[in-house]
Amino acid sequence: MAGEAVTPDVPGLVDRLFRREAGRLTAAMARRLGPSHLGVAEDIAQETLARALRVWPFRGVPDDPVAWLHAVARRLVLDALRRDAALARNTPALALDLLAQSPTAPDTVFADELVDDELRLLFMCAHPDLSAEMRTALVLKTGCGLSVEEIAAGLLREPATVAQWLVRAKKRIRERGLSLDMPEPQALPERLGTVLDAIYLAFNEAWSASAGDTLVKPDVCLEMLALAERLSRHPVTGAPGTHALHALLSFQSARLATRTDADGNLLLLADQDRAAWDRGLIARGLAALAHAADGERLSEYHLLAGIAGEHAIAADFDATDWRAIRAYYDLLVGISPSPVHRLNRVVALAMESGPAAGLDALARLEDDTALRGFHLLYATRGELLRRAGRGAEACTAFRRALELARSEPERRLLRKRLA
Amino acid sequence: MAKFLLLLRDNPTDFTSLSPAEIQRIIGEYRAWAEGLRARDQLHNSNKLMDDAGKIVQHNGTSVTLKDGPYSETKEVIGGYFLIEAADYAAAVEIARSCPHVRPGAKGTIEVRQIQEM
Repeated sequence: MAGEAVTPDVPGLVDRLFRREAGRLTAAMARRLGPSHLGVAEDIAQETLARALRVWPFRGVPDDPVAWLHAVARRLVLDALRRDAALARNTPALALDLLAQSPTAPDTVFADELVDDELRLLFMCAHPDLSAEMRTALVLKTGCGLSVEEIAAGLLREPATVAQWLVRAKKRIRERGLSLDMPEPQALPERLGTVLDAIYLAFNEAWSASAGDTLVKPDVCLEMLALAERLSRHPVTGAPGTHALHALLSFQSARLATRTDADGNLLLLADQDRAAWDRGLIARGLAALAHAADGERLSEYHLLAGIAGEHAIAADFDATDWRAIRAYYDLLVGISPSPVHRLNRVVALAMESGPAAGLDALARLEDDTALRGFHLLYATRGELLRRAGRGAEACTAFRRALELARSEPERRLLRKRLA
Repeated sequence: MAKFLLLLRDNPTDFTSLSPAEIQRIIGEYRAWAEGLRARDQLHNSNKLMDDAGKIVQHNGTSVTLKDGPYSETKEVIGGYFLIEAADYAAAVEIARSCPHVRPGAKGTIEVRQIQEM
């Protein structure tokens, strides 16, 4: 009744059905209308979902919600084609076939076809003719069903900016006549890489929002996990790197519920309730990691998944195999020397060999301009000094970190350290 | 027990900018609300009305005329109705109050009318 925030399990209305179908409806309609009408396809997908919201409260959830949605979308495409002669002239024969069909013809869309449509669209979104920003925004919008506002929050940009990337992306797709054909085999790895990177980026931002009041957006994290899983199950995209990303996101998602306390305060790995970690997700992560080992190339995702897996299987914080984790970080810093990776390597080293060794390694990072002003560098320094028994210096470092931190939960954690 | 008609009015364009996740959440809320009524045998039936203008048939003094309904100009339409059973007006209003149609942030309205039995 009123006031209850719980949404009960609804038969037929599977978890995140609408997010998944937003992408699939767009993909299926884009295939019919042609990629140059991606905007029309998106509008029709949105209108279809809105129609469900208008009708289902009164009529109930249909027996086959997916078939219902796709039937409505087809009808809306037909309406658009009848209304807009120019649209009808510029669409592929597929759409005209649709016009010839009776609107009540049985659904000819099969599950496999839906997944293929979705992948084609994802690969087009990852086309090298589009800028990196356009690709990320498009993958998240069309592939993951995120709203412009959610993408903007995830990428720390203004919604208007994201909307503009999307408009420009669609214009470029039209102008350059990009197709929804599967890329040639030799172009596949690069495009798949772009798609995986976009998923990881969105997951990371949702996992640890770098500004604002909320630290974790579990909904977006789980959506990225679901997309990684779908990609890893598909024969074309189920490459070792995809399995590695799937493993990584499984391990991380297993800890989602324990990253913050009831008041939204950030909990460090050492303070998290390991009993509450999702064992099923950890098992899925381990299985995916085993699949990931089939390849010859060791990707960033393999190493990150290896690290996350070590944490996931440690019985408690003290039982963590820091030597193995430091070894993963050594390799990771070799292929991807980002500030976060280099800093985390120092943390692992300090756990393995003590705070003094960590502080030595940290001193070498402090000279690097890329890390200057990075709040986590000072937070790490403070933590290592505290452990080394140098309390006054630790306070100075924590205070500097507090000045630089941008998200409120991170600031709260630092204030707790200072107290 | 008396019967009541709940007429749910809203502006269909309010629905076009919701994200897929929000749509899913709201449908789940309606579903839970209707299931609650059904479990207590209080829901007779419900239907969605088309979001078009509708037609009005009227005798204008000389003949029967046909014109577009009231919804061609106004933004708000009767989206659909629920025919429910309740002890009295107060109970029917309580049910309407708990409907997701008037959840926080929603702009819709619910008109509660009793079915006259005799």
